[in-house]
This record gives sequence, structure tokens and C-alpha cells, in this order.
Amino acid sequence: MTAPVYNFAYLNEQTKRMIRRALLKAVAVPGYQVPFASREMPMPYGWGTGGVQVTAALLMPEDTLKVIDQGSDDTTNAVSIRKFFVKTAGVKTTETTEDASIIQTRHRIPETPLHEGQILVFQVPIPEPLRFLEPRETETRKMHALEEYGIMHVKLYEDISIFGQIATSYDYPALVNDRYVFDPTPIPKFDNPKLDQSAALQLFGAGREKRIYAIPPYTAVKSLDFEDYPFEIQRWDKPCSVCGSTTSFLDEILTDDKGGRMFVCSDSDYCGKRPAL
Amino acid sequence: MTPLLSVSDVTKYYGNRVGCEGVSLDLHAGEVLAIVGESGSGKTTVLRCLSGHLATTSGTIKYAMRDGRVIALETMSEAERRLLMRTDWGFVHQDSRDGLRMGVSAGANVGERLMAVGQRHYGRIRHAAETWLNDVEIPVDRIDDSPWDYSGGMRQRLQIARNLVTSPRLIFMDEPTGGLDVSVQARLLDMIRGLVRKLGLSVVIVTHDLAVARLLSSRMMVMQGGHVIETGLTDQILEDPQAPYTQLLVSSVLQV
Repeated sequence: MTAPVYNFAYLNEQTKRMIRRALLKAVAVPGYQVPFASREMPMPYGWGTGGVQVTAALLMPEDTLKVIDQGSDDTTNAVSIRKFFVKTAGVKTTETTEDASIIQTRHRIPETPLHEGQILVFQVPIPEPLRFLEPRETETRKMHALEEYGIMHVKLYEDISIFGQIATSYDYPALVNDRYVFDPTPIPKFDNPKLDQSAALQLFGAGREKRIYAIPPYTAVKSLDFEDYPFEIQRWDKPCSVCGSTTSFLDEILTDDKGGRMFVCSDSDYCGKRPAL
Repeated sequence: MTPLLSVSDVTKYYGNRVGCEGVSLDLHAGEVLAIVGESGSGKTTVLRCLSGHLATTSGTIKYAMRDGRVIALETMSEAERRLLMRTDWGFVHQDSRDGLRMGVSAGANVGERLMAVGQRHYGRIRHAAETWLNDVEIPVDRIDDSPWDYSGGMRQRLQIARNLVTSPRLIFMDEPTGGLDVSVQARLLDMIRGLVRKLGLSVVIVTHDLAVARLLSSRMMVMQGGHVIETGLTDQILEDPQAPYTQLLVSSVLQV
């Protein structure tokens, strides 16, 4: 046996082939959850093992990688995944959204609009949007197959009857290409409109759950809602305290224990490139 | 007139054991049929076969659709059958926890079928839920309560409302009064009888309680050991039972 001791970007060729096949199928059937033989990764489940496998299967030596976590390039999860790929693939990395060819993300879509040719890889904790109302996997698959999605509105109905509005603010279910209801991962619903007709290819990997799904470029993604309670995104009274943006997603940061707080863009690259106030 | 539900020679085996054997019946629109018998006599098996919850071993079940077509259940695609089950049919379980979605409020339970058939207007769904709760005598201010906070009788009534919201034509009931105390039973039966008359529903009801059968049904089917041993008008059977087992059953009813 003359098996190579090193393979580009961590995964062996057979694994990459398997994941790429799943990816092709996922792109061919937008929003459909394709099962794949998820591998053990050198990080715990919940840290983005699905996203890492998708990224590893996609990476080419000429790629430029950006990794974000909650919009930020410098949180633990983002830093360690970026380091992982520098070590195993030696690819260029960047913090600039426009320069990246592959962006792996957890919980956000960058504020800067993505362009054609870019790939956005999402880390998915729970790929099944129907699970919380219907725990049986056999049943949820059947429901997807038969397009029985009434139950998703039961959840939104509950929100309105309890809170007077659709209180679901992240993981907000949406319909892809008029066919599959999918879980857009815990991105805030603020980002849901960016999924729709995106120029970039959007791929979703769930490592523990062993599922891959995709939204090809320029695919319709419609967030579920009621006629009399239309889908709405979050809004803030104040602009970002650092850059003054009124159109980005803001994080609330507590500054002392006397009730002091500030609102700052969650996308660190976007905020940092704008002139400070 | 074509019967709404036409069953011929339905048989269900569980391995070597007999669930039910050679059951045939016709159910016409607006008719209430009671299936009675002791525990283990196969009455629930028959009900589950008729309602499409259980695949039969042999026999045919034909249903007259709204558009007049008569379709055999076993030739329907699963999608069609499931659509039928949640629009034109209803199923009231003995244990309300099987029939309700316990994790969501009463209003959502009633509204679920409407949302499943494509209603997307919150106000109208809510209004329909309020109307139905009222019709089954549940105070409308309990609409946002969880079914866990309901009494057994209220849960059964909620189950009925949840089934009737899409105006089905055929309802299957499996011991709907089981586990309720006598006064609550009486009230529930009274309500079911009223709704059946008002809406012209066809009902197949499984019960071991002859009083329930007498109160609700026009026709009756007595089962023992997986076989139908006697069928006929309810009054006729109760007044003049022919089969020895039916005689025993009728005479064993406690007289107060």
C-alpha cells in the first residue's frame, strides 16, 4: 500500500468525493436535506463540524477563505477554524468579504452583498425545521415528501397568540424554490431576505445530524408568514455606536453593571471598513 | 344511492393471530354505526383498517369522494390518503393525548387543519377556532390555554372541534367517552348527538358501552373474536338480541 500520508485540506479523497456528491445533489434539489456520511472532525459537535467538512471538500489551493462567527472574524470559533485550514490546506485567508471565494459562517450572513462565484458555507446545528413540532424523523421526511407544511404555521400561530406578533427571531423557517421548507440555521431573521435571490451559492452542512442542503444562486427563498402578520425583520432605534450604520444587524453590548449598554454592528469587517463616528 | 363507505370482506391478521376476519358493511351519508364488543374482539382493529391507519391483509374499502368518484382506499396514493384523512375525515381517539398536539394551545390545535389545507390568515383562523370552541362548549377565553390545563372532558371536546373544523363528512371515534365520569359522558354524548344531527355527519363509533351505542347510533355491529356476529338496527338488537353472545352482553348491562 502506498497511501499518501498527506491530503490537501484534511479530508481523504474518498470522503471528499462522497461530500461533493452530496453537495451536487443538494444543489440539484434546492432545500432538500441530503444525508451524507459525516466524519469525525478534530473539534466537538456543535462547533461547526458540518461546515468544516463542506469547506474542506470545496477548498482548492487558489481559494481565499474567510471564517466568521456571529458576524465577527475574531471570535474563538472563527479563529480556530481559520487556523485549522491554514494548517491543513495552506490557503490564503482574509477578513474582507469581497475578497473571499469561500466564506464559512456561523449565525450570520455578511452585510456586504455577496457576488457571483462566492460560496457561503453555513454551520447547521439542527437541519430539520419540523422537528420541534413533530419529533419522529420518519414522519418529518414523509411530510417533506408530501409537502405537508401546515404545521410550521402552527408554530407561528402560537407566537402570535402568546406574544401578539411572530416572536421567532432566528432560525426563521423559509420556503426554498416554492418546494421545501428549510431551516436557515440560527441566523437572525434579519438575514433571511439576503437568502433570497442571492448571487452566491449557499451551502449548509450539519455534522452531527449528517445532512447537507443548498440554495443555488438566484433561488427564491420566502420566509413563512401570515397574510395579516407579514414577515418583518428586526429594527433598532439607534445606529451603530462605532460606525453609525442604520442598516446593519446590531449586537447589544453591556459596558458596565449600572445598566450601561451600546449597540454595535455584529459584522466586524463591515463595521471596521466604515469611517468611525 | 351509493354508500359513503363500502367495506367488503376486510381481514387483518397480526402474524398468525386474527385481528378481524371477513368484515363487511355499508355506511350511508348521515348514518351512525356503532361497533360494540368486549375488549380484544377486534373492534378497534376494524376501525383502524377503515380509517386507513392500518393496512388490511385482504378485502376492499371504498369511499365515495366529494366529487362523486368511488375510490378504493388501497389504490390511493399516500398523499391522497393523508389529504383525505385531514380534510374529509376525522378521527377521535380514546386517549385525547393521541389526538391532540399537546405542546401547543387549544386554538392552534383547532386551527392546525385549516393551516394544513393552506389557510394563511391569522385572524380568520383564530375566528374559526373561537367559533368551534364555542360549538363544543369550551369557554372562548380558554383558547390560549394548553390542552394540559384542560379536564378530560374538555380535551375530548377539543379533539372533536379540531376534527370538525374542516367540515369532514365522516368521523371515526374510538371509545370517545372512555375514562370520563358519567355526568361528563352524558354531556359529551349529548353534544356529539347534536353535532351529528346539525352537520349531517356519518360516524363509525367503537364502544364497549351499550348505552353509548343506544344513544348515538342508528345501526349496530356486534363483534366477538374478530368476527361480526350480529348486525342490525340498534333498537332491534338491544330489544331482541339473537346471537347468544349479544344476549349475554345486553343482559349484563347494570340496571340502576
